[in-house]
Order: sequence, then structure tokens, then C-alpha cells
Amino acid sequence: MREEIIIRVGAKFLAPFIIMFALYVHFHGDYSPGGGFQAGVILAAAFALLALVYGLEAVQKVLPLWFTRMCAALGVLIFAGVGVVTMLLGHNYLGYNALAPDPTHPEHGQHYGILLVELGVLVTVFGVMVTVFYHFAGRGRSDS
Amino acid sequence: MNIVVDIVLFTLLGAAGFALLKVRNLFAVVMLAGIYSLLSAGLFTVMDAVDVAFTEAAVGAGISTVLFLGALALAGHHENRPGHTPLLPLLVVVVTGGALVYGTMDMPGFGHPENPVHHHVADHYIEESYDEIGIPNVVTSVLASYRGYDTMGETTVVFAAAVGVMLLLSGARRPRSRGGGGGGTAGEGEDG
Repeated sequence: MREEIIIRVGAKFLAPFIIMFALYVHFHGDYSPGGGFQAGVILAAAFALLALVYGLEAVQKVLPLWFTRMCAALGVLIFAGVGVVTMLLGHNYLGYNALAPDPTHPEHGQHYGILLVELGVLVTVFGVMVTVFYHFAGRGRSDS
Repeated sequence: MNIVVDIVLFTLLGAAGFALLKVRNLFAVVMLAGIYSLLSAGLFTVMDAVDVAFTEAAVGAGISTVLFLGALALAGHHENRPGHTPLLPLLVVVVTGGALVYGTMDMPGFGHPENPVHHHVADHYIEESYDEIGIPNVVTSVLASYRGYDTMGETTVVFAAAVGVMLLLSGARRPRSRGGGGGGTAGEGEDG
């Protein structure tokens, strides 16, 4: 696929919009369908598209395997960490009311809590999807 | 209008399912599986389950198609004919399917508003979630706040699955490349 100019230009043109859409799906998940999981998958799809067109080596220069592996673990850490922070602030594990900036309106903390844990989901799903894709796509090449 | 869309989508879904069984070219099978997922996503949208439809379209039709293509590059494009007759599997499937359909006879009507499933905790979520959580999308409130523990478990499961794939796919490769780099003829002899 690397010699097809329409596919090359099309992929390069589409990738930033796919990444923007992933971020929109994440940050707008409180108001519209979607959330961290879907955003992570869409973000991974952008890099999978680039890898299919430009080759694995080109994409791994931008997004190396160690980084996606780290993302997969980091997301779980973010999610669990939010729970630990709310406990340190004197609430239940994952009791987002603890994160409210104004103590008279504890329900405002829910918004921050949800955004943070969804960020954890996004980072893990993105890392996992790209890591799995790298392993599938890279395997045939190194064996041959 | 909805019923027409339902019939068209279900007909196409059935056709895609049968084509999946019949086609022996695996590249076509992967494409058909993607189409099947996209049609399911359309059905979920008609049923107002937009979040599920979104996930199905992104995961089923998007990423898993790419992963299947990656697997195809390793496994080749043609599926061998099975060596056995399909009679016994067909019998098992028909009996199981019949039992499942029989099981649905006792269930309350599909989508009926008086069903118990819609009144256990759903009333509370729909009526109170905007005051308690403060965001309009009830699905997100349930997923991330009311059921935050479950979502954390799911995230951990996704991570664990990736660890499994990494162990399976990268573990087998490393000794072989090390043997090749050291000029070992034993590894190369096995490949040939």
C-alpha cells in the first residue's frame, strides 16, 4: 500500500481528524454517547491506519512499543489512583464527591471524578489496542 | 418507518451471517465480519442503544477487522474444508437453539415498560442521576460513578488481556531471533 498516493495522502489527511474525534468523544462523553473506552479505540484506530499505510517502523518512531505498553498499565493506575485520592480526602473509594472544589456542592466533584477515571480507561484501552496491533503486525515481518 | 429499517437490517444481517459460513476466502470473511458488526451497530441505534452501537462500530467493525487482517497475513487467505460432516454440530446447535427459544417463553415481553429489569434500580438512575451526578448522559453516570468498581474491573481485565497477548506473541519470537543472531544453525534448520 506504500506506493498508492491517494491512500497515503488520504491517511495523512484523516489521521488528525480521527485523533480530534477521539478526544471529542472522551471530553463530550458526559453529554453525548461515548466515553473513555470508545475514545481509546478510535485513538488506536488512527495509529493503526497510519501503520497500515506507512508501515510499522514509521509509526513506531512516533509511538514506540514501550510507550504503548506503559500506557496500558498507566490507565489502570490512574483509575485506581483516583480511588486512593478520594479515600485520602476522607470519602469512600471512588467517592467522587471528595473532588468538589466547593464543599457546599459536593455533587460537582462527580464531573471531575468521571472525567479522570474515563481518562484512565482511555489510556489503558489505547495502550492495549496499539500494543496488540503492534504484536500482530510485527510478528510476520520479523519471522520472515 | 422503524419496522422497515428493522426488517432491512435483519435481512442483511442474516445474509451476512450465512455468507460468513459459506465463503472460504478468509479475506472476504474478515470483510463480512466487519459488515456484520456495522449492521449490528445499526440495529443497536434503531433500539436507541447509541452507546452500545458506538462501541460495536468502533471495536467490531474497526479495530478487530484490522487485527483479523494482521492475523491473516500470518495464516494465509484460504480456509481448508473441514474433514467431518456437519450433521452432529448441526444437531447440537438446533437442540441448544430450541432450548433457548423455549426459555424465552417464560420471560416478560421484550421492551415492555413494566418489566422488573426496568424497575430495580433504573428508576432511581433516571430520576435522580442528574441531581446526584450532574451530567445529562445517564449511561456515563451509571458506568463511571454508580458502577465505578465494575468499570475499574473491566479496565483491569482489558489490561490483563493485553499482558496475555504480549506473553503469547512476543515470548515465542525472542529465542528464535537470538539464535539467528548468534549464528546458530539449529534454529534455522528447524524453520527449513
